[in-house]
Amino acid sequence: MIAQILAVIIFLAMFILIITEVWERHIVTLGCAVLTLVLVFGLCMHSPSAIIETLNIHSIFSTGFWHTAGEASEASAGINWETIVFIAGMMIMVEGMANSGFFRWLCMKIAKMVKYQIIPIFITFMLLSFVLAMFIDSITVILFLAAVTVELSQLLKFNPVPMILAEIFCANLGGSATMCGDPPNIIIGTSLGFSFADFVTNTGLIAVVALVLVVIYFYFIFRKELTENAGKIDPSTLPDPEEAIVSKRGFTISCVIFLCAVVLLVTHSQTGLTVSCIGVFIAAVTLITSGKDALDLLKKVDYKTLLFFVGLFVVVGGLEQTGILTILAGFIGKVSGGNLKVMIAIIIWVSAIASAFIDNIPFAATMIPVIDSLAAAQGIDISILAWALAMGTDIGGSATPIGASANVVGIATAAKSGHMIKWGKYCKAMAPATILVVLVSMLMIYARYL
Amino acid sequence: MKPQKQVIISIGREFGSAGHEIAERIAKRYGLSLYDHNLLREVADSHNVKTEELEIFDEMKHNKFLYRTVKGMSSSPADNVALMQFNFLREKADKGESFVVVGRCSETILKDYPSLISIFILGDMEHKVARVARLYGKSDKEAERFIKEKDRKRKKYHDSHCNSKWSESHTYDLSLNSSTLGVEGSVEFLSEYIDKRISRMK
Repeated sequence: MIAQILAVIIFLAMFILIITEVWERHIVTLGCAVLTLVLVFGLCMHSPSAIIETLNIHSIFSTGFWHTAGEASEASAGINWETIVFIAGMMIMVEGMANSGFFRWLCMKIAKMVKYQIIPIFITFMLLSFVLAMFIDSITVILFLAAVTVELSQLLKFNPVPMILAEIFCANLGGSATMCGDPPNIIIGTSLGFSFADFVTNTGLIAVVALVLVVIYFYFIFRKELTENAGKIDPSTLPDPEEAIVSKRGFTISCVIFLCAVVLLVTHSQTGLTVSCIGVFIAAVTLITSGKDALDLLKKVDYKTLLFFVGLFVVVGGLEQTGILTILAGFIGKVSGGNLKVMIAIIIWVSAIASAFIDNIPFAATMIPVIDSLAAAQGIDISILAWALAMGTDIGGSATPIGASANVVGIATAAKSGHMIKWGKYCKAMAPATILVVLVSMLMIYARYL
Repeated sequence: MKPQKQVIISIGREFGSAGHEIAERIAKRYGLSLYDHNLLREVADSHNVKTEELEIFDEMKHNKFLYRTVKGMSSSPADNVALMQFNFLREKADKGESFVVVGRCSETILKDYPSLISIFILGDMEHKVARVARLYGKSDKEAERFIKEKDRKRKKYHDSHCNSKWSESHTYDLSLNSSTLGVEGSVEFLSEYIDKRISRMK
């Protein structure tokens, strides 16, 4: 009982400290992880096995960490090293791509292809944001897309805010379409043994339908604002996309590595390669091909985020080992009266609302053992609950300025050019879109799986 | 007389200490541009946006529950307006311009520039109250409350953007109580100090 209370207190303290930003979030999760290991597992439970299970280091040395033969690997508790290794690998690849000028080139090329017309740029940038975010973290996608949007807005004399908001939404939506698009999906996929194809054929399909709806939605609410002060400009005075390429060799290598990563991810259920194996492979290739810049790339890896994940998994492990998450799963089961429709509604809406205000990564990490336990207790196919959780956590974050990292990056990029996005302005456009997509996701899950 | 070398004079101040007036007189004496509230207008002009759109967020402290920071980027308009002003000051300093700047965390933002002279002006409460009561037509009690409220906001703004502490002597090269010498005396004293600092600059 004391162990359970302590685990909950540490978990809540972690959340509050993350929100208040008193310390950097990796310091918070690592500090809370140490408290969980010492106080909960050590002093209260006297359980070295809980510590070993939660640290989960042995999993790295198992064959299943690198290659799965046939069936998906079994869900494991504690630190999800597969997620951490994969994210680290993607970070190195993305740094390599950014260094070569790939993202800026791509954005400028598309703007040129649509002859620098504002509405076509608006629509193609939404689609680009969605597609890139399927494979690359949404922070990087928005970092480059929003910067190019601001640059184009100054040249073409339009307000960049509507376009940036639509890009943010589509990046978060694109992230929901694949297993590697958004950290909650990576954690859900690796923890519950889903493949890239599983995500594409389930959450991917929902995301594509939602994309069509949100493109129409954003077009109707923003078309006036975008074209209000727009002026005609001679395209020859605009920057040439090729100027964005820092090194031709680096650019070609980046494109090849990116395509390899996409192919490996799409086919990983056939090849049996796990996402951690793919992460290590693409990181190694990026580092080898970058030559003397390899050390710089390694230095640019966001170690703080990786450490944040390590600490987070331990704290959630504390809730798992003490049985708190099983109690929570039992509670959801009871509230829903065993009705799957109600369970899906609770999971998707609670996830969406929670993710609109708190970090969706700790939320998803906490909810995975809950849906695992709920599915086992109620005899439900866990995949249905997993898709509800993925859509809720990935989409809910779009509703408010603090819901997802991409939102903050987009808002900060707009602000650098003097365009301040307040809560009211943000939520007026984004909250209805979020509600629309969550509703559509729920209805599609109902229609397809029930 | 305008200095030959680059000189940046940062003046922090307690509300009612006449720090702003002292800054104005120093800027005039040395023939330097003064950046205070007008800084925001310059920033807005340089970005082609209306000053009023930025003004509402100036020197505001953000609510931690309403905003988030990701990789050093913030969703808080107040943080972003502050950042725009800090970047503007850095750009001016990088271009080798000389100027006087009031507040805006300038003593910390520009501390790596060898041409920076940072000063903090404080004052005795009775003198500050008398000045604020006279200038704003308030009673002594109201003036004191007003001063405390303004200083509380300045401290919050400063300390949320800097590692250094507002009004603490370690944050500045020199702290001066303007009540002891008056405005004129303070300007004279500070000018002597500034001249000496300029003569020692490489």
